[in-house]
Parts: sequence; C-alpha cells; structure tokens
Amino acid sequence: MTTTFDINKIREDFPILKQVVNGNPLVYLDNGATSQKPQSVIDAIVNYYTTTNSNVHRGVHTMSQQATDSYEGARAKIRQFINAGDDKEIIYTRNTTEGINLVAHSYGRQNVGPGDDIIVSNMEHHSNIVPWQMLCEEKGANLRVVPIDDTGEMVMDEYEKMLSSRTKLVSITHVSNALGTILPAAQIAAMAHAHGAPVLLDGAQAVPHMPVDMKELDCDFYVFSGHKLFGPTGIGILYGKAEYLEAMPPFLGGGEMIKSVTFERTIYNDLPYKFEGGTPDIAGAIGLGAAIDYVANLGFDRITAHEEELLRYGTEALSSIDGLRIIGTAEHKAGILSFVMDKAHPHDIGTILDEQGIAVRTGHHCAQPVMARFQIPATARASLAFYNTKEDIDALVKGIDRVLEVFS
Amino acid sequence: MAGLSDLYQEILLEHNSKPHNFKKVEEANQTADGYNPLCGDQITLYLKVMDGLIEDVGFQGTGCAISRASASMMTQSIKGQSVEKAQEIFGAFHHMITEPGAELDLDTLGDLETLSGVNEYPTRIKCAILAWHTMKAALSGESEVTTE
Repeated sequence: MTTTFDINKIREDFPILKQVVNGNPLVYLDNGATSQKPQSVIDAIVNYYTTTNSNVHRGVHTMSQQATDSYEGARAKIRQFINAGDDKEIIYTRNTTEGINLVAHSYGRQNVGPGDDIIVSNMEHHSNIVPWQMLCEEKGANLRVVPIDDTGEMVMDEYEKMLSSRTKLVSITHVSNALGTILPAAQIAAMAHAHGAPVLLDGAQAVPHMPVDMKELDCDFYVFSGHKLFGPTGIGILYGKAEYLEAMPPFLGGGEMIKSVTFERTIYNDLPYKFEGGTPDIAGAIGLGAAIDYVANLGFDRITAHEEELLRYGTEALSSIDGLRIIGTAEHKAGILSFVMDKAHPHDIGTILDEQGIAVRTGHHCAQPVMARFQIPATARASLAFYNTKEDIDALVKGIDRVLEVFS
Repeated sequence: MAGLSDLYQEILLEHNSKPHNFKKVEEANQTADGYNPLCGDQITLYLKVMDGLIEDVGFQGTGCAISRASASMMTQSIKGQSVEKAQEIFGAFHHMITEPGAELDLDTLGDLETLSGVNEYPTRIKCAILAWHTMKAALSGESEVTTE
C-alpha cells in the first residue's frame, strides 16, 4: 500500500481519462451512472480471454480449472471486500437490479402474502421499487413508503411507525443515487430486526465510496453492481445471509444450479451455485476481482478523505452560483451533487456542459418519486469518483458559467 | 462553440422564456399528452378543430428549452391552418430534424428552420419532436404518446 494519494498517478491508471470530447479534455462527472475502469481491470479481462477462456466448474482440462480458480478467487476477494462470513453467501448476478429481482422472486414469493407489508423509502431507484410493486400486486401485499425530509434524509420516526409484525421485508438504499444521502443502514436494519423483518440494502452507490461491512451492517441482503465499482458491466453481487439463502428456492433453473437431474426429480446445487444457473459472466467476475484489488490497494481511508474534500469543495462552489439550487443537502453524503437552475432546464445544462467535454447525468436518475418529492422534473447530477480532482469541479463551475451566458 | 450557438439561437431562447400559446384551450376538442421518459418532459396539447381547421391551439407542461421552444413555434405555425397543412408541416419538420443535411422545405417551415441545429444533437431530437408527435396523436384521436 502506498502512503500518499497521488492523484496524477491514479489518473494515469485510467486510460479513458485522456479522451478528448468535443475538442476538450474529458471531465468525467457521471460516475453514479457508471465508473471508469483502471488498466488493471481491462488487462484482467483481456488476459482471461487471451490465456484462460474456458467454462467454469465443468471440464477436467487445465484451462477450465484455471478459469474456475480465477472465478472463485474473485468471489473470495468480494467476500473479503464486504466482510461477509462465507464465500457461499456471495452470489454473482448481472447487476443490482437482478440482485433485487432475485430476492423478490425467491424470498418474496415464498414469504410475502396478502396484507403483508414491504417497506421502501421515497428515495429509491426504480430498481428498488418496481420489483416490490410487482410482488405486492401478485400477492396482495402493500408497498409502504418511508417519507424523506427537505434535505433528503429518511424520516426515521415515520419508519419506526411503519414497522409491524406485518412487515415482511425492508428494502432501502444505502446511498441515494439522486441525492447522495448516506442512510443510517445499520440502524435501519436493527429497527427492522426488532420486528422480525429482514433487510435488503441497495449498495450500488455505496460500495464505490466507502467500506461496507456485512457484520457491522448486519443486513440480510446486500446488492451492488460491478460497473459502478470500477469493474466491468454485466456483473453484480448479491450478498445474502446463508440462513436466508439456504431456505430460498432457486431463481433461474438450468445448468450449474443443479446436483442431479432426472425427469422425476432435480436436486439443487449447494450455495452459491443454487442461484447461478447458466454459464456466468466469468470475465466479468475476474474483472470485478481486479477492480476490488485496485480499490483495496488505494484504501478507503484515503478514498473517502479525498472524496469528502471534493464534495465539500464542489458543494461550496455550486452553492455560490446565483440561481442554482443543490437538491439533496443531507449532513452525510457521498459523491453526488444534484442541482437545478432557475434559468436552464437540466437537459439544456447537460448539452452545454457536454459541448465543453464535461459529462454529467441529466434527468430523473431512475428515481421519479424523488423528483416528485422535490417537485422538480429533473436535475443535473455531477457524481464523483476518487480520480476526480478540484480542477474537474472548477471545469464544472466554468461550464455552468457558460450555461448562464446562453440563458442570460 | 459554433455548434452551441447554432442550437440555442436567439429566437429559440425567446420562445423558451416567453412561449406562445402557453395556455389551456377551454373549447379544445382534440387533446393529447406527450411524455419523454428519458428526461421527464411532459406536454399537454389542446387543439380546437372545426371543419378541418385548427381554430385554436395551446400547450402546457414542463420541459427543456428545446422542447418548449419547439412546442411554442409549432403552435404558431399550425394555428389557423387546415389539418392537412398541419400534417404537411409535421412532415417537413420531421424531415429537417431527423435527417441531417437534408434539403429543407423552407416555404413550409418558415421560422421553424431555427430548430434545424438540433439534428446535430442526436440526444436532443426527442426534445424537439415531442410536441409534434403529441399534435399528431391529438389529430388522430390518441390521448397519449411517448417518445422512446
């Protein structure tokens, strides 16, 4: 582990950051949508396809064993990264959305019935709303929504009131993708457990910014995507406590997830393979393992310190712009600067910034209920990663000046 | 920044800040809602059509400068025109926005030519076309349209 946070050296590790967009050096502030990949991740994928490509858990031949070792080695890295108890609690998925759908289909269908409650918050991504709506519709259950206040904090008193013996699951985001709020996840889990309800945390926006510890959080399920964590697209993780995963029926039937198949009876495989039907994204898993190596080597103590300083700097800079309002002003935030301007619609802001090589997301961020809560149609969102710099923020501010010029 | 000033021309910005026919038409007999799910733009278009003539038109809703200006300019161009003519203007506009480098039917387009810069911005074409698809829906009796 190095002792200093050499930002220039870190940026060298990400080849895409040298891109020129519309004649300007790329200023990439759309990390909440997807993060960029270090060379080591790109190399791991290329190396896998160049030297070891084979199917896993299948053949007796050497390369198949090498592929299996790398694939399972990545699983062990992920287990360690989130401090889970056992590799079998780490299920490979495609992404966060699939992880949530897996739990909704498998745990939800088995355990949720008419009149039961599923609790989410008002600041969930659509992927943590729609699967539960579908389940509630199928089962005659109720989707309860914990309100958020004007700063973007979940109202904990209302949450407490909502919990009851009817609560069959609490599914809440760890960090809001639209607002940046860091939710008190351990407290949320403990409160649900007091009513006997398990908790799923959507960690898609948390894992790139802070250490997450399954033992500390004591959640029952935790989901995230590889591509927001500097890994490739197409690979994600569902962590589940073994006691839940053991009791849950499989999600996708097929190869890999079975021990034996006859037309009379199929015996399902053990964890984690029970939930991994079909040939998985082997290169994706290996790439994610390499991304985790990269992040672990940098260390979250330094990543968090750097990002907190950037967020503070960015918040101050944007707040000083007349006619600009930051949406999401919770005390504890990670990596997100969502804003609206009096004179320019977010979509126009996005186009004018893009013309200057600055990539931000504009729109509702797959969180329309958040937009409705703040009575705005959309926001412009700058989202940070550890490779961003104060110069990136300065470029954003300069870019916004240009927006003000056009819409003067 | 030639591209940007082509896109955000003065006329467009004026239509954005002071849109024409930005009103509900109480006597409207053909209305439709348009949504752009990508950015959350929403428009309600009101048409009062009598004997094949668009006697009055208005719109309400939220959207970016391009969608608002496009809606405003559209209402100006179709007000008082026959339904047939409105369809013709739709065709000319659609052609201009979706086919870069296409020859423009300036007689039909008039001021709408201001929006031609949009065709260099593929991500913004849907913004410019939303009001138009909503008009087309309203004229054909559909109540809702989305630009996916």
